[in-house]
Formats: sequence, C-alpha cells, structure tokens
Amino acid sequence: MIRTTAAALTALLARIGRPVLTSLAALGRIALFAAAVIRHLLQPPFYWREFGQSLLHIGWFTLPVVGLTALFTGGALALQIYSGGARFNAEAVVPSIVAIGMARELGPVLGGLMVAARVASSIAAEIGTMKVTEQIDALVTLSTNPMKYLVVPRVLAATLTVPVLVAVCDSIGIAGGWLVGITRLEFNSATYLANTVDFLEFWDIGSGLVKGAVFGFIVALMGCYFGMNSQRGSQGVASATKSAVVAASMLILAANYVLTGLFFTS
Amino acid sequence: MIELVGVSKSFGANHVLRGVDLVIPRAQSMVVIGGSGTGKSVLLKSILGLVRPDGGRITLDGEDVLRAERDAFLARFGMLFQGGALFDSFRVWENVAFRLMRGPAALPKPRAREVAIEKLRRVGLKPEVADLYPAELSGGMQKRVGLARAIAAGPEIIFFDEPTTGLDPIMAGVINDLIREIVVEIGATAITITHDMASVRAIADRVAMLHDGVIKWTGPVADLDSTPDPYVQQFIHGRATGPIAAVR
Repeated sequence: MIRTTAAALTALLARIGRPVLTSLAALGRIALFAAAVIRHLLQPPFYWREFGQSLLHIGWFTLPVVGLTALFTGGALALQIYSGGARFNAEAVVPSIVAIGMARELGPVLGGLMVAARVASSIAAEIGTMKVTEQIDALVTLSTNPMKYLVVPRVLAATLTVPVLVAVCDSIGIAGGWLVGITRLEFNSATYLANTVDFLEFWDIGSGLVKGAVFGFIVALMGCYFGMNSQRGSQGVASATKSAVVAASMLILAANYVLTGLFFTS
Repeated sequence: MIELVGVSKSFGANHVLRGVDLVIPRAQSMVVIGGSGTGKSVLLKSILGLVRPDGGRITLDGEDVLRAERDAFLARFGMLFQGGALFDSFRVWENVAFRLMRGPAALPKPRAREVAIEKLRRVGLKPEVADLYPAELSGGMQKRVGLARAIAAGPEIIFFDEPTTGLDPIMAGVINDLIREIVVEIGATAITITHDMASVRAIADRVAMLHDGVIKWTGPVADLDSTPDPYVQQFIHGRATGPIAAVR
C-alpha cells in the first residue's frame, strides 16, 4: 500500500518536474542565444545591407497592420471609457484615459503582439527554410557567420523600429479616440485635444517606447532562435514558426507586466 | 592532405560515426560511397567544422581543423550541396559571387559580376541566366550554379554532396564530367559522397566505403571491381543479400 502510494507520488512529481525542467532548459538555451546575439553585435563585421532590408521589412511593411489595429483600438477605448465613465459622471476623462491607456499599455502591447504575429513568424519561416535547405550551412562554407549575417541585423532592426511603430500606434490610437469622440460622443475637437495634451506626461510615452524596444528584441530573438533551431522538413518549419509566435507573444505579455511593475509601482 | 583518425559522432543513441580513419592526399579525388543514412554527410560536415565530432582528430595539412582560424580555413574550401543550397533571395550571379563580394579582399560589384558570369560559362550556363533567381532554374541548372559558386573563389579543396541526386541520367553525366574536368583543371583536392556508381567511376581517383560508422574498404578506383571485400561487392552490384542489411 505504502509502496503504491510512493510510486504514484513519484510518478506525479515526475509528470510535474519533466515539463518544468524542459521549460527551464529551453529558457536557458534562449538566454545563451540572446547573449551570443549581443556578443556578435559588438564584434565586426556588421552587415549594413541586411540591416537596411530588415528595417524596411520589420518597420515600414508592418506599419499598415499596426496603424489599423491602433485606429480601431483607440476608437473602441473611447467608447468603453465613455460608457463606463457615464456611471459616475466622468465622461470628460475620455481624452486623457485614451491617451494614457494607448501610450502606456495598448500601444506597446498591441503593437508588439501585431509585430510578433507578422515578423516573428516570417523570420522563423525564412530562417527555418534556410536551415532545412542547407542555406545556413552554405553561408558557413562561404566564410559568413549566420549569427552575424542573419540574426544580428534582424534583432537590431526590430529593437530600433518597434519603438517607432509604438509611437505611430500611440498617435493613431489617440487619433482614433478623437475621431470617435467628436463624431459619436459629441466632444468638442479643441477641448478633446487640449485634454489629451494636458494630462499626458513624457514618461507615459517614454515608458511605452522602452517597452517597444524590449518587445522588438523579444520578437526578432524568438523568430531567429526558433528558425535557427528548426527541425527537418515542412513540418519542422511550421513548428518553428508556430513556436516563435507563441513564445514571442507570451514573453511580450510577461515582460509587459514586469516592466509596468518596474516603471509605475515605485 | 586531409587526415581523419578515429573520428566518432553520435546523435543521441544513434552512433553515426564509430571511428573513421581516412587519408585524402592532396590533389586527389576521393569518393566516399555507402548506403543512405550511413553518415557520409556527417563525415563531410565534420571536416568543415559544421558538426563537432565527439572523438578523434581531423587535420588539414597537419593542423587540427577545430583549432584553425575559421575564416582562413573556410576560404580554402568550396562545397556543392545536395539540393544546391542557393540563396533564394539573391540572383544567380549574386549567389556565385557571394564570397567574392565579402571579406577583406572583396571585389567591386561589377568585377564580381564579371567573374560570376565567367564561372557560369565554365559550368555551361549562358550569361542570361545570371539575372534569374534560383527558383526560376531547373534542378540541373541549380546544380551547375552551385558548382559555379563552389569554384568561384578558386578553392584548394572542394566537397561534393550527392552531386547527381535527383537528376536525369544525361544531366547526371554532364555534372560528373564537369566535376572531373574542374577538379583536374584547378588541381583541387576533392571529396565526393554519393551512392551513384556512375559518379564514382567518373569522378574518383580513390574510393572509400563507409558502413556501420567505419571505413570498410579504401583503394584506387581501378581496384573497385576486383576487390574481394564483401561490403564493396554487395554495394557496387546492388545486391539485396550480403553483409549490408537491406533494411536499415
């Protein structure tokens, strides 16, 4: 009886312990990969052409997706705050809450998640396909380090461009709120804009931009990590792409909580 | 000269190489034969440092390949990959000139393009192909572009990974002849891995048979048919019965 209970307990612990150990090992590998990226970033050569292409791909081509997301989110936020605020006669806070909400939280988080969906997946699929078709090995035989050539330009470009995307996301989101405010909620345009500017502080925007940089780093890092570790065949690439998006999204949400705690609870 | 002594490599419980001993003399063409999944590609990748062996030693002209300065070491090599491994996002000439346009001795773009077109011509491709993308080429043309890229920077050592796999017999013959001509022309040391016996006879000076993670037989290509080695005889005649299990 005691032996059976002990065996059941051991089996239960093993079932809990195995995924915990696997997850910790994966986190460790990702941390080592991130350290390698930073080390390669600090050592020449730097591939400017690939960096420029990554800026264009990650920044410019993601703009429409992020812009539309922000526009609808800003509009919906204005409606929600107006109807919620009406319960205690606080409809007037719509402009400032939309601005603060977009700048501190929704701009960076939604922008980051949209970039994760679009960029982490495409990086993982591209590098994963290169891995399974031996193009990564070919790079090495042509005296080109894949970490420097493929990974560093993408990670740096994402780290620099996502804050810009967040700034655009904030602006369009606030504009979306303003549009809904003056067309559906009977706000005066000048008053709405004045309330937006008056209550918005520099750190509301600055904290969102810092979050954007961290989220950009996470997105490109996950895309590159899972792409470089893709298994063989189309299934391997599909799995790498899925893992990159899921991991990037989860890490963005976790990092957002940690950063918000750091920035606003002291 | 490339020398492998007791090279071993495992992937989990799969012991791919179990102590490979092999010498490839300078300016010789060595062909490594063996069934699918016997570790031929792992052997090539170990020499290049793409795979780190678990044991043994690989030297190039007496220097351990794992201790060599990577850029200088790799600059001596060219490799033709099984699927071509051409970069999808680059035009054909940019693929061929990839190494020429990078590094301390990088050529200016127009000169690199000229060299690339010259190399494409050497492998029987017209200059018009230079501006196409790899996806626009047939399998045989992709192999030729891969070959042009492998020889573009004048390597001392060239590796060919299954150079005729997936090609029709005529195109396979063309690629075999090209490989032989180029290897002789530039005096390169060559290692080819294949299970295509027509390739072996067209390309090899010497042949090594890899099976069960070790070299079972090695000798001049002229001795291939007369050797009594049961592994070689079963392999070259494609017999289902013999010391090599048909189901692996």
